[in-house]
Amino acid sequence: MDAQKNSVNLKLKLYSHWQSSCSWRVRFALNLKGLSYDYKAVNLAKGEQFSPEFEKLNPLHFVPVLVDDDIVVSDSYAILLYLEERYPKSTLLPDDPQLRALNLQVASIISSSIQPLHMLSILKYIEEKVGPEERQSWAIRHIENGLHALEKLLKNYACRYATGDKVYLSDVFLAPQIAVAATRFNVDMSKFPTLSRIHESYEALPEFQASAPQRQPDAV
Amino acid sequence: MAEIGGGVASSVEVPKLKLYSYWRSSCSWRVRVGLNLKGLKYEYKAVNLLEGEHFSPEFSELNPINYVPVLVDGDVKVADSFAILLYLEEKYPQHPLLPCDLQKKAINYQAANIVSSSIQPLQNLAVLKYIGDKCGPDEQLAWVRHHIGKGFAALEKLLKHHAGKYATGDEVYLADLFLAPQIHAAITRFHLDMTQFPLLSRLNETYGHLPAFCDAMPEKQPDAPRS
Repeated sequence: MDAQKNSVNLKLKLYSHWQSSCSWRVRFALNLKGLSYDYKAVNLAKGEQFSPEFEKLNPLHFVPVLVDDDIVVSDSYAILLYLEERYPKSTLLPDDPQLRALNLQVASIISSSIQPLHMLSILKYIEEKVGPEERQSWAIRHIENGLHALEKLLKNYACRYATGDKVYLSDVFLAPQIAVAATRFNVDMSKFPTLSRIHESYEALPEFQASAPQRQPDAV
Repeated sequence: MAEIGGGVASSVEVPKLKLYSYWRSSCSWRVRVGLNLKGLKYEYKAVNLLEGEHFSPEFSELNPINYVPVLVDGDVKVADSFAILLYLEEKYPQHPLLPCDLQKKAINYQAANIVSSSIQPLQNLAVLKYIGDKCGPDEQLAWVRHHIGKGFAALEKLLKHHAGKYATGDEVYLADLFLAPQIHAAITRFHLDMTQFPLLSRLNETYGHLPAFCDAMPEKQPDAPRS
């Protein structure tokens, strides 16, 4: 599956970095919804997120940013809720209020309690102020706390995917987070059997495979 | 301890909604404002975090990850302030917390997430304790002011062309519910210099005149310590 085309007439543009797990969430969702988009790479190592052009799009200097004609949305959670409303095909939220709320809760746990604490800027700060040996243990501690919470929360709900047999918003957040935990931080995922099992399901999905960092145009 | 929040209830009327809350939790505060704006009565169920009540078997049953706030509405249980507010928005559409316009709605989500992902998690108790223990109190203060300041600077830029009387226009919306507790904490707990943040300073003053916000303030909650 290749959702990216070189045509300049693509309505949707996604400003993304190949390694950003927040960008990864949006790429996964765009694929699930069958939406083509123009991939606009933002080279974080070269500081392109601080350019005046990018600052206009997102004053917080983060990727991802979605541009849909004259609508500009930054922040992956905001982008996903926008896509859900604007392009309801292949819905990412179940109708049942309890399951819907559970999906939003999982998304919040990842976007507030896990990912911000292992962002590069925070890790650099910890390394500088506390010491290089603390950097990795800080990251692992926060990731594992979050994954323990999710393991508890989803134990009674997870089937093939996090909240049932369909891919929903919780999966869009979980899939990149588990992949990053395992590959970038070497978290021992055997401690989290439910999450490990559903991650195998994600890895079998073409939409998830196509969204992977290594498959992006700016991958090194 | 259970109290009735959001308005006076008769002695036989038990509100259907229950909110498990801690007086000082900014996440609980957001939801209290939302309930007040929508005119929803609720039973206030205090969870004393200092005494570890969030780890009790009863509370763990409600929320296996032991956070406040939790909303119980009949047999639906919702945890996480963002999830709760979106649940309330769907089930009780009076006084909408989100505008219809998709761009403005997205700005509200963005502002809410700047607070809940880029600011609040970096100044919660556990993180502050770690920085204080490892680096000392001066660095702890520098850390929190740095992260709040960075987030506030971004919010000033994000909202500059959208703000009216409130954060994203002339109506109170989701962004305001997230901003009010965060600004209050920045000023009262961390003594942040707000002169660089004129929009947020103005909004803070405006929120102080709204009963829905004032009634939700920590000091007004049933579990706030009485001095």
